[in-house]
Amino acid sequence: MNLNDQKRAPIYEALNRFRKQRVVPFDVPGHKRGRGNPELVELLGDKCVGIDVNSMKPLDNLCHPTSVIKDAEELAADAFGAAHAFLMVGGTTSSVQSMILSACKSGDKIIMPRNVHKSAINALVLCGAIPVYIDPRVEPKLGIPLGMELDDVRQAMDENPDAVAVLVNNPTYYGVCSNLKAIVELAHARGMQALVDEAHGTHLYFSDMLPMDAMTAGADMAAVSMHKSGGSLTQSSLLLLGPNANQRYVDKIINLTQTTSASYLLMSSLDISRRNLALRGEKSFEKVAQMAQYARDEINEVGGYYAYGSELVNGDSVYDFDVTKLSVYTRDIGLAGIEVYDLLRDEYDIQIEFGDISNILAYISIGDRLQDIERLVGALADIKRLYSKTPTDFFIAEYISPVVAATPQAAFYAEKESLPIRETVGKICSEFVMCYPPGIPILAPGEVITKEIVEYILYAQAKGSSMQGPEDPDIRYLNVLVKGV
Amino acid sequence: MEFWFNDMHTQNVQLSIRVEKQLFSGESDFQRIDVFESPEFGRFLASDGSVIFSEKDEFTYDEMIVHVPMAVHPNVKRVLVIGGGDGGVARELTHYEEIESIDVVEQDKLFVDVCRKFFPANACGLDDPRVKVFYQDGLRFLRSRMDEYDLIINDATDPLGHTAGLFTKEFYGSCYKALHDDGIMVYQHGSPFFDEDEDPCRAMHKKAYRSFPVSRVYQAHIPTCPAGYWLFGFASKKYHPLEHFDKKRWEDRGIKTWYYTANLHVGAFMLPRYVEDLLEEEENS
Repeated sequence: MNLNDQKRAPIYEALNRFRKQRVVPFDVPGHKRGRGNPELVELLGDKCVGIDVNSMKPLDNLCHPTSVIKDAEELAADAFGAAHAFLMVGGTTSSVQSMILSACKSGDKIIMPRNVHKSAINALVLCGAIPVYIDPRVEPKLGIPLGMELDDVRQAMDENPDAVAVLVNNPTYYGVCSNLKAIVELAHARGMQALVDEAHGTHLYFSDMLPMDAMTAGADMAAVSMHKSGGSLTQSSLLLLGPNANQRYVDKIINLTQTTSASYLLMSSLDISRRNLALRGEKSFEKVAQMAQYARDEINEVGGYYAYGSELVNGDSVYDFDVTKLSVYTRDIGLAGIEVYDLLRDEYDIQIEFGDISNILAYISIGDRLQDIERLVGALADIKRLYSKTPTDFFIAEYISPVVAATPQAAFYAEKESLPIRETVGKICSEFVMCYPPGIPILAPGEVITKEIVEYILYAQAKGSSMQGPEDPDIRYLNVLVKGV
Repeated sequence: MEFWFNDMHTQNVQLSIRVEKQLFSGESDFQRIDVFESPEFGRFLASDGSVIFSEKDEFTYDEMIVHVPMAVHPNVKRVLVIGGGDGGVARELTHYEEIESIDVVEQDKLFVDVCRKFFPANACGLDDPRVKVFYQDGLRFLRSRMDEYDLIINDATDPLGHTAGLFTKEFYGSCYKALHDDGIMVYQHGSPFFDEDEDPCRAMHKKAYRSFPVSRVYQAHIPTCPAGYWLFGFASKKYHPLEHFDKKRWEDRGIKTWYYTANLHVGAFMLPRYVEDLLEEEENS
């Protein structure tokens, strides 16, 4: 990485030049620097609406970058150690989907852990590829899905030598990393592409103390959520390519679904955030890791909670752990994670990232201060004092291994009927069911519904998890295939 | 030369104080601190642009936040002061001989250093041998304390700034836990007058009311506060601020005050109708 070059922010600089030119707009957007929509200006401010502009000669065009956007992408590639970087404006969902659509065609097999984000399975609905799922190992006490074991990956590759790609989470929402480098090597030895979902891994690129990032591991593509740990605006993302990826083809795939009116707010936020990460990222994430460690120590000191960290590392299904993540096991105080999540928000005015059946995850980032950490720890101590119950054991494992009876695409488009959820056992599901966040499907299109899955859904609902996916928002009914496939 | 300090009490209201000179300006991890000399208020200290106290009116809240609970609780031995790094609260506490220890927890060392240098009349309170100063986050200090104090005074004033953690449910819960079975917590309750201050004021009462069996509010007139009007909270596990108020005992002590009197003690709990109403709304919500 060339640090001197990284001091530049071409899109941001072009917008500043553009602002000074006071160009008279006879183009879209129709709010014309906000004049046509004073209420929007009141909300967002002059500066913000002033740079909400359309692509034009001095500002380049995301669909076919030739000047400042091209420069920004090259700087991003350099900062992340990639051969090429695409600025993405459709969320990391668009990065993940472009990655998969670039690697797979209809009928191709792709190997992936079942705890992928729904965006990955949605990509299979779009392109008709067939998922070969690897069951992630589950931590028996915490109930969290871990990484893929290397033997499981090897076995899936041996059994499916025709697979074209493997997809890896690096890390998972909870901070768990698989042995990425070894998986990439296995894939390449068999002529498969290695794709990496780094929605939770932007910071890995800017610290030597954290797990290995995808580009260093030699992956072909990686989807990087700049708006999570990278600090850019929500919905902005990066798609990184390794040296062997076909940049022109990926570009074509991206432009199948990408907007032709990309937001300069999003693109400039990527540009500025990339610069910030390149110049100051290492120091920032060192601080984040320290804060997370402080929080873990303090929470474990409170007792009754288990804030876990790198002690989970076992050399395989937890090959490495991202210590900037703060996940806490709550069942020993008799409360489900989702119950603690609700108490924090409703009683203590603290919003955390999510709560599942047994854990909560608080997102620690470059925007945090120690006094906010004290509030979180103080609230957890107070929750223990006021609300703890005798622990009960309900569901040991959060993860239920699915049986795939149809490809996601076939199930999605097949003839279906709506049945009360309790009557769907044994049928093939045609829609997603998931708790959001984390957005990892409990059921995906094409999977057989089992009694355990139905009970799990009802239990998670009763505990207050926010469920998404099905047509029926209350999830009393599920859409299932009329016939088997 | 015209030299004025403006304290924005709301977006639309400001208090202007003529300044003779600026004595100090510095920034810590927590706040920007400025000290000015003024003809009307004497020296005053501002944190992030808001007046925290002045020589002219600091006696009001230092007396009101100390003597009110001390005239109620029959036997205070251990006191915890959160915030209060200027020493004014500790100074008032040192009038009471039965107090054995005064722990002052102030996270910002710069604040203490500045007060020691520019406000020795307050900071002298920190020099009493019973006083121990801890440079720590208040919430963190409290987390491990259980059944240790007779009186906790939360001297932090700003529920929205860097002391926001001291106006939360977890803070009141931690105080409850750290107090003995007959302990009292008093706290700065803000000003209810301007619209933008009303919500934080309501939220404080709602949280304290649900955390302690006894939760009453009292008032004082403090010119540098928004609208010149300030409330204090009295939250207690056992003692009622009026029913257990021992007027004779307090008067017999012969403590010299400028604001607090035993008569005023009772009157301070008589609140204007609009304040009573908003507090009751929070109690019943």
